[in-house]
Amino acid sequence: MSFEQDLERLEQIAAALDRADLTLDESLALFEEGIQRLRAASEALSKAEGRVTTLVEQANGAIEERDAG
Amino acid sequence: MSGRRGESPRRGTAPSLFDGAGSAGAPAPARRDAAPGETADTAIGVADLTTLAKEVLEGAFPPLWIRGEVSGFLKHRNGHWYFTLKDASASISCVVWSRDTARIPAAPDDGMQVMAFGQLSVYPARGQMQFMVRAMEAEGEGLWRKALEETRKRLERDGLLDPARKRALPRFPRRVAVITSPDGAALHDIQSVITRRNPTVDIIIVPAAVQGETAPASLVAALNLVARWQAADVVIVGRGGGSREDLWAFNDEGVARAIAACPIPTISAVGHEVDVTIADLVADHRAATPSAAAEAAVPVLDELVAWLGTLGRTMRAGAERRVTLARRDLRRLAGDLSLRARRSVERRRARLQQVAGRVDALSPLNTLARGYAVARGTDGRALGSVEAFAAGQAFALVLRDGQVDATVTRVRPGGPPRAAGAAQ
Repeated sequence: MSFEQDLERLEQIAAALDRADLTLDESLALFEEGIQRLRAASEALSKAEGRVTTLVEQANGAIEERDAG
Repeated sequence: MSGRRGESPRRGTAPSLFDGAGSAGAPAPARRDAAPGETADTAIGVADLTTLAKEVLEGAFPPLWIRGEVSGFLKHRNGHWYFTLKDASASISCVVWSRDTARIPAAPDDGMQVMAFGQLSVYPARGQMQFMVRAMEAEGEGLWRKALEETRKRLERDGLLDPARKRALPRFPRRVAVITSPDGAALHDIQSVITRRNPTVDIIIVPAAVQGETAPASLVAALNLVARWQAADVVIVGRGGGSREDLWAFNDEGVARAIAACPIPTISAVGHEVDVTIADLVADHRAATPSAAAEAAVPVLDELVAWLGTLGRTMRAGAERRVTLARRDLRRLAGDLSLRARRSVERRRARLQQVAGRVDALSPLNTLARGYAVARGTDGRALGSVEAFAAGQAFALVLRDGQVDATVTRVRPGGPPRAAGAAQ
């Protein structure tokens, strides 16, 4: 699940919960899912630092990421 | 020029062909060996002449820019271009060798005012002066505009410029690929803007030549690499500002098609003031500078964190509201239930009491308890009237604590005696 998908799903969940036209079970299930995704997204944002790499294509066609200086 | 033909020191430089004679004017008498062409005996061939003229001309004129109007333009099937450059009073034949045509943005149209850079020379086969063009520009950048227009039309015909093709950029990219020169200012700008806005985003540099003749192929290769890799959320392709020629790779049709074919949303970032490049037209998003591209690609981390917070609060508030609602429903139902239960019990108790009272009131045992007796016939029936009795009849008196068997001695009809029942 990508960060983008997590965020999009979170937005859907928040909107659905905000409408309050769900059953209690549905609400609680959505809330639980939302909390999990919120945690995943927050963790992604709190990771130390983005990497800077160089994309290199090798002779055999394999693609490799190398740390950029 | 000297020494180019120099088998003989005597013919050191072409313009001094006849200087060796030592005297101006009339041909000198052949008192020594005559120079080539000096006398009828030493006449040179036509080819020698044109070759000589070519060398003289090329030696006398360094490559230079000339200006004129194009006429009689012809693209020969051998790949060379032929035309005449003219002005009000003169004209000169021009040729562009096929290997040089690639450096010229587009073929000029007849009537176009152009500046051509090249070498003045002689076309020996015709003994004609000709200008060998190696580069060309038109007034008002006409050639660039024409080339651009031609490319644009081809891309448009293939639907690649359709605004409906443009994809939305990812709102929350985690990995940004950057196709540019690894040591250009553009990369530095992009990197610093991204890091400033959101230091958690990964930057993947895809090195490419961004100017010169290798640039288009290099850019296409980089775009294909990113397309094959597919692990980036968005790709920026660009370079810093430069001259029209510097930026020309971003008007290349192949580059445009590679951008259009990229499965990942693209941002063009060509630093230029004048007008848009073909890459700009094809990319999903056009940024005027590399820095602007980085800003378009990456949202500010703080805003992202704030948005996450908002989402979390909205979710929590919604869930809490729903739980509160459920709790209220539950309480109301519980209240209803206990009220009904209480009412139902009370109703039953009241009925029971009512029935019990009646049963109690009707019980003959109660009467017996108070000291009354009941007369019963031998068949067990209660004998409630004098008419049920006859003299000599056997009957029983049922009392509180037992029964007395008796016989009727006399029957006396009439009302009950005044205090007869109270046999306490």
